Amino acid sequence: MRTTRTLSALALATVLAVTATGCGSDDSGSKQTLTVFAASSLTRTFTELGRQFEAEHHGVTVRLGFGGSSDLVEQIRSGAPADVFASADTKNMDKLGDAATDPRSFASNTLEIAVPPGNPAGITDLQDLTKPGVKLVVCAPEVPCGTATQSVARSASLTLKPVSEEQSVTDVLGKVASGEADAGVVYVTDVKGAGSKVEGITFPEAAGAVNVYPIAALRDAKQSRLAQEFVDLVLGRDGQQVLADAGFGKP
Amino acid sequence: MRPPGVGLPRWLYLPAGLGAVFVLLPLAAMVSRVDGTHLVALITSPSSREALWLSLRTSAASTLVCVVLGVPMAVVLARTDFRGQAAARSLVLLPLVVPPVVSGIALLYTFGRRGLLGHALHVVGVEVAFTSVAVVMAQTFVALPFLVISLEGALRTAGQRYEVAAATLGASPSTVFRRVTLPLVLPGLVSGAVLAFARSLGEFGATITFAGSLAGTTRTLPIQIYLERFDDPDAAVALSLLLVVVAVLVIAPASRATVRHRRGTR
Amino acid sequence: MTTLEYYATVGARDVSVRLTVGPGETVALLGPNGAGKSTVLGVIAGLLAPTAGQVTLGGRTLVSATGPVVAPHRRDVALLAQDPLLFPHLTALENVAFGPRARGVRRPQARATARLWLDRVGVADLGDRRPHQLSGGQAQRVAVARALAADPALLLLDEPMAALDVAVAPSVRQLLREVLVDRSVLLVTHEPLDALLLADRVVVVDGGRVVEDGPTTEVLTRPRSVFAARIAGLNLVAGTWDGSGVAAAPLVVRGMTGDPAPARAEEAVAVFAPNAVSVFRDTPTGSPRNAFSAVVTDLEPLGDRVRVRTEASGHRLAADVTPAAVADLGLGPGATVQLMVKATEVTIYAASRPTAFSAR
Repeated sequence: MRTTRTLSALALATVLAVTATGCGSDDSGSKQTLTVFAASSLTRTFTELGRQFEAEHHGVTVRLGFGGSSDLVEQIRSGAPADVFASADTKNMDKLGDAATDPRSFASNTLEIAVPPGNPAGITDLQDLTKPGVKLVVCAPEVPCGTATQSVARSASLTLKPVSEEQSVTDVLGKVASGEADAGVVYVTDVKGAGSKVEGITFPEAAGAVNVYPIAALRDAKQSRLAQEFVDLVLGRDGQQVLADAGFGKP
Repeated sequence: MRPPGVGLPRWLYLPAGLGAVFVLLPLAAMVSRVDGTHLVALITSPSSREALWLSLRTSAASTLVCVVLGVPMAVVLARTDFRGQAAARSLVLLPLVVPPVVSGIALLYTFGRRGLLGHALHVVGVEVAFTSVAVVMAQTFVALPFLVISLEGALRTAGQRYEVAAATLGASPSTVFRRVTLPLVLPGLVSGAVLAFARSLGEFGATITFAGSLAGTTRTLPIQIYLERFDDPDAAVALSLLLVVVAVLVIAPASRATVRHRRGTR
Repeated sequence: MTTLEYYATVGARDVSVRLTVGPGETVALLGPNGAGKSTVLGVIAGLLAPTAGQVTLGGRTLVSATGPVVAPHRRDVALLAQDPLLFPHLTALENVAFGPRARGVRRPQARATARLWLDRVGVADLGDRRPHQLSGGQAQRVAVARALAADPALLLLDEPMAALDVAVAPSVRQLLREVLVDRSVLLVTHEPLDALLLADRVVVVDGGRVVEDGPTTEVLTRPRSVFAARIAGLNLVAGTWDGSGVAAAPLVVRGMTGDPAPARAEEAVAVFAPNAVSVFRDTPTGSPRNAFSAVVTDLEPLGDRVRVRTEASGHRLAADVTPAAVADLGLGPGATVQLMVKATEVTIYAASRPTAFSAR
């Protein structure tokens, strides 16, 4: 008897714990939730656009999930309940195949050199990154910003010798902003987003590796109508304005 | 054979079993995703071997540093009384509870170029950031508490009676430490060192924050796995398996030796 | 000249003791639990700091209120406790060689010394064994060898037989009797046999103070303290001599005056053996000189007799009777009885011992 009672108490506690963490969905009634998965570099702009969308659609809550594009693709394929996906590159969007409905390019991004405030190593162009003694940090070739950096360097016939190949733009910016590195190669929008913590130096070779951002409503979206409306907002005048303010280029 | 003892309440086995499943199932799931045909090729690729070799080297070095610094720390904590000892112990164990990334940031603010000691180090020509030394430092920082806590426990359990006996036989404090204290707590020291090695081997957050990530210099096995995950999930899974196997190979013999040692002296 | 001169107070434990150990002398330190015996050993070994006093060994000051404190390993004092505390990671031989090695003796020579000592304590064949492979008696023999191999100026023994089997203790006691000859030893024990067989002199402490100090046979045959009487297996009533008996209100014990005879109103003790005490349920007829009303507290079989422990007006008195008498009288804890002792069986002498603290 006592055993049974202890067990039921355990089971009850587990159920309560699970309920309390909010695993239940709440699509019913007038409240509606739109889930948007977007690449980390879109954090600022999409937070702003989500707010606009909520203001225009009464009773709709926009839930935003940011992360590396390949992580997000993996999550969507594993059944994460996303309605819209905005990728930092076409390669990851392509991985979704049919699951993404009619992907459209909505922004582009180019590389820029980020240096600590005051530019202690005196970097002026891409060539300077190969100067001896310059501590350079780039994205690893395995991640999109690293691929772009590599192709830019290759077309300029330069061999970059970074002291570290980071997993993400954030890691590169962190090392530059702290002064640990003399220079890093990231996207224009990242430099802009970092504010006064880093300075940006544009270089002409960047035009050779423009990164295009596609967006799509997802086939399995629970809110397919809202999903399409969100995509329209991003592609529309207001969306493009917000993106341009953040430094993104035209698609 | 273990004597039957008083027995356990039967309901205890349910949560115990659930816990075991919770730990083992993800491992099994990972093994099931391993691409058998390419496993050997993935594990023996130059980048994998480089990362593994770096991980083993740095983990061994940080374990050594942990022993050299941690043994005296544990002895001071276990055998002396001083003001603020409780606070000192909490601070020493802090890296256990702090997220590794925070440890990395703290190290950066200390030994980084613009850190507390960074300038002084720069003047004497020492730059640790982005070097394998930084990897060892990050690993030592997070692994040291494991050694200290397990050795301090062993010292307290062993008590001071043998040390007192040795002193009355004419042994100086150094002799007592070398010939009595250390041999008595050797099992605790070994298991502490193994824990420290395992923690170093798995270290990720502090390393990537403080040391960066460059093949052959700072890109340890966990960082390689994290990186491969984007590009080549099959390789990431294969390397994860490799890491698990290496960890098991290190831990299993050491823990068996510890158990045997305990049985032998009791 | 004496080897150990000890006068020290440990304030926190309220232990203030003065004692000496002469060259080659074995002194037994007796006393009930908590009397302060271990505190004394701790101060001598350097494990406890006294709040006042001075301890010297062979003329060298180990600790004093003003001077520096000599570290335990420089005191030349070895300690053997009831737990042999052999180092578990060393063989018996290495354990015994530990002391000489710690003093800088080279390894082969230290091992040779260790072999000699293992032979002397009768376990020469066990040198290669680890402590967990030794029996309790064997381990204590090795511990004795280890303490002696360190060649200490003073050997402290802290109830060395207390943890041993009853069957093993006699042989270890015999061993100590042989090896302690001509050594300066301070032996803490609660066993009168240890004191009788091993000690030249006995110091009794109670409540943190020395209550008796004298030659072993003297103390155990003519105890002045309740504790010494108890370990000697005797009844003792302490009071004042009123000219005809020892008055310890409300009791008065009459008996034969012995040496030293007490003066009137002087503190005196009356001592008598438990087998001299008769037990009755009712007040016997006639008028015996010593009759005390008492309550039985405890019965304990003792060979072919039963020891009846009683309390008579705050004094603990024991009587030895036959098992048949226990049954006939229906004795048990709580029973009220009359104790009778013939005056001819009682020895009375002065409580003060002129020879106490003779070595001061």
